[in-house]
Amino acid sequence: MYGKGLRTLSIATALTLTGAFALALFYAPMDADQGFLQKIFYLHVPMAIVSLCGFVAGGVFAIQHLRSGDRRHDLRSYVAIHMSLILGVGTLVTGSIWARASWGHWWLWDEPTLVSFLIVFLLYACYQPLRFAIEDPDRQARYASVFAIVAGAFVPLNFMVVRMAQQKVHPRVLSASSNLPGEMWLVFIVSLLGMTLLYITLWRYEMAAKNVRGQIRKLRRRLGADVVAGRSAAPQ
Amino acid sequence: MIAANTLPDNSGYVAAAYLVFLALLLVYVSIMAIRLARVERELVELNADTEGRA
Repeated sequence: MYGKGLRTLSIATALTLTGAFALALFYAPMDADQGFLQKIFYLHVPMAIVSLCGFVAGGVFAIQHLRSGDRRHDLRSYVAIHMSLILGVGTLVTGSIWARASWGHWWLWDEPTLVSFLIVFLLYACYQPLRFAIEDPDRQARYASVFAIVAGAFVPLNFMVVRMAQQKVHPRVLSASSNLPGEMWLVFIVSLLGMTLLYITLWRYEMAAKNVRGQIRKLRRRLGADVVAGRSAAPQ
Repeated sequence: MIAANTLPDNSGYVAAAYLVFLALLLVYVSIMAIRLARVERELVELNADTEGRA
């Protein structure tokens, strides 16, 4: 039951996220180098981190699916990747807005952080077309799980490679040499917590919605009603 | 005019970024609302079906 405790979770998410944005705008000190523009990072960075972690979570669910053969894990993996893609769109757009204000360009092709995130995003953008291309539900779930595991392993590898790259144009918020003041750290952590809660809430909403639709389909079958089984990218 | 003078530099870009996030959330909630309406319709149909059988 994914709807259990969803109301409390939703309220906690709304409060944390609103609090985080209020802290970012009114409490966090102004950055000496970037000024007010740095406030974008309290939104952009947590969104990017949660999105990438969600892709990895999709891979973990996919491993569970292949190990157990339980289709519920496939659904969990599908929804985790779906949610991460939505946050990925947000990351790319907010990052572009920051780049335009800071660098004077919406996009720079020679910046490893930007390009690597786009590669990860485009890789996962292939996930749903892959599923849709396979008609047999068992094969679809199996192939999608293999894809999610391989792509999920690529995410941390990609992250490490970019960190090792020489280019240092893109600011580093989390690093050993980071000397972020305490107030900024606090706001960043609250923002990250809020974004994580948002991801979990939306994931559970989506799971609850898919669960309800599945139950209705079962009920229809039991009543002998026609169930149109069209091709779908989502696990049935 | 006065407000524009008191706003910090690049506030338009910061506002745009936060509005993009809000818009994404709104689009998602709208899609969920459409799906909920579809589920509600299906439930009404099923209810009518079972009442017809009884």
